[in-house]
Amino acid sequence: MTSHLFWLTVFAFFVSLVFAMLLRDTPREQLRIGALMFAAFLAAALVLGWLMFPFPL
Amino acid sequence: MAAGGKGSAKTAAAPAKPARDRVGVAIVCLVSWLVPGAGHLQLGRRAKGLVFLIALPAMFGIGLYLGGRLFPFAWSEPLVALAAVADLGVGVWYFAAKFAGAGGGQVVAATYEYGNTFLIVAGLLNFLVMLDAFDIALGRK
Repeated sequence: MTSHLFWLTVFAFFVSLVFAMLLRDTPREQLRIGALMFAAFLAAALVLGWLMFPFPL
Repeated sequence: MAAGGKGSAKTAAAPAKPARDRVGVAIVCLVSWLVPGAGHLQLGRRAKGLVFLIALPAMFGIGLYLGGRLFPFAWSEPLVALAAVADLGVGVWYFAAKFAGAGGGQVVAATYEYGNTFLIVAGLLNFLVMLDAFDIALGRK
C-alpha cells in the first residue's frame, strides 16, 4: 500500500499514542491529549499540503 | 489555575515508588532501552509499559515493511550517523532486524522515506520512554 495519507494517519496515530502515554497519567487525560494531538497532526499535514500545492518542486 | 490542574493530575496518578540506587536506575534504563516498555513494566506501570511494548516495535516493523533503511554508522556523514543512532534507539529489535538481514532499504520504493521516518521516530520515541522510566525510577514521577 502506497497511500501517503494512510501512512501519515498511521504515523500520527502511533506518535500521538506514545506522547499521550508519556505526558499524562490518567486514562481520561491521555485520551484527551492523544485525540487532540492526532487531530492536530492530520490538520497540519493537510493544511501544509494544500499551501504547498501551488509551488513546483 | 494551571498549577492547580497539574496538581490534580499528579494526585490522580499512581503514587511514585521510592527512589532506587544508581545501579537500580541504570538497570531500569538499560532494560527500557533494550525492550521498549520493559522498564515501565519493571516499575509497575503496566498500562504504559504494554502500550510502549506494542506501539514502538509496531512502528519499527512498519518502517521495515515500507522499505526503510537501517542507516550505517558513517561518521563522515553526520546526518547518516545521527539517523543510525536514532535507529539504534529501539533496542533489541534493531539487533534482531540486523541479524535477520532486514533494513537494507529500497531506495526506489515510493514509501522509502516513510519507512525511514517510522524507523527513526520509533528509536527516538524509545529514548523518550527511557528518560520517562529514568524519572520514575528516581521517584520524580
